[in-house]
Amino acid sequence: MTDSPVRDLVVGLFVLAGFLALAYLSVSLGGTTYRGPGGLEIHATFDQIGGLKPRSQVVIGGVKVGQVTGIALDEDLRARVTLDIDRTLALPSDTSASILTSGVLGDQYVELEPGAEEDAMGPGDEIDYTQSAVVLERLIGRLVQNLGADGSE
Amino acid sequence: MASRALARTGRRAVDFVHDLGRLTAFGMSVANWSRRRPFRLRRLIDEMYDIGVLSLAVIGVSGVAVGMVLGLQGYNTLVRFGAEESLGAVVGLSLVRELGPVLTALLVAGRAGSAIAAEIGSMVVTEQLDGLRMMSIHPIDFVVAPKVLAMIACMPLLSSLFIVLGLFGGYLVGVVFLGVDPGSYLTGLEEAVEFSEDVLGSLIKAFVFGILVALVATYRGFTAAPSAAGVSAATTSTVVVASVSTLIVDYLITALWGV
Repeated sequence: MTDSPVRDLVVGLFVLAGFLALAYLSVSLGGTTYRGPGGLEIHATFDQIGGLKPRSQVVIGGVKVGQVTGIALDEDLRARVTLDIDRTLALPSDTSASILTSGVLGDQYVELEPGAEEDAMGPGDEIDYTQSAVVLERLIGRLVQNLGADGSE
Repeated sequence: MASRALARTGRRAVDFVHDLGRLTAFGMSVANWSRRRPFRLRRLIDEMYDIGVLSLAVIGVSGVAVGMVLGLQGYNTLVRFGAEESLGAVVGLSLVRELGPVLTALLVAGRAGSAIAAEIGSMVVTEQLDGLRMMSIHPIDFVVAPKVLAMIACMPLLSSLFIVLGLFGGYLVGVVFLGVDPGSYLTGLEEAVEFSEDVLGSLIKAFVFGILVALVATYRGFTAAPSAAGVSAATTSTVVVASVSTLIVDYLITALWGV
């Protein structure tokens, strides 16, 4: 086949379009859920995290400020959750964390409630006040138990 | 009578294994020639035009159509549970993980694979490959290797374009026609699709399917019986074998690596 500049150009455009599509899929779709600034890593220990997963959202008053980056068990066999939070935020050191569910059966997320202390949290700090996830099955189980106890007496 | 049927089955089985072995040897030979100098860039670009650019129309139309169907079907199912804001996640995950690479491979097998088999097959019939050998140019080096490389390069690109156009089709039906909130469509899409699991798996699939379709098509053409019927048989079996093995390999990749 003879040289044809137009054909080469079209092939080049095709390759470019393909790579653009690939870049869109990788960066825009494949990127992390939370794309704001991160950098402040803090920890919180819970008795029960329910269905919390890495990359679950961290919010303050409904506004996304970070995501869950790690979940592990500590020495006392409690769930230790690592949160990656916008480092520009000055979180009071008595901030509390609770695990909530969006909707009845939706995804679980961490809600931070800023406290009133003057000094801010630094990297690696621990959130002291935590509230565990509510496990729906246990709640129902307890409810059924209570109803049963009431009915028998 | 029964023994003859049994013998025929046995012969078929032996032929199958024989074919598989020759295909592997053919693939090794292609891989070997692809590494040798000179690198035939001119031939590669020409083949990428035939395989990639000329497949764009069918890939584009199919991509948008598949995305639109997914949007409509997904919406009709999800709206019963009041979960139509998950439409983006449904369309995105189905396209990225399965439909993008698989349908692209099937379409490319039908459009470019058959053309490759017919082209090489008719080169066999008209003894052009022997002509190349007489000029001490190896047919695998000059004819087969550029086609295989071009197919492997084009398949992930075509698959990515198919997925992006499919997402657009789903957006068109879901958001523009049926009134799903555009924010929740895009957010659901972005949150459901992850790079390491979904996008990378999609690329691996497209890459493997590219190798598969290219090898089947060139091998069938290369080994076509030197007659008009031989070329037509090679073309038919290329489409059948490439499509079926794409679907089987797709299941295997999904089951083994969970992508």
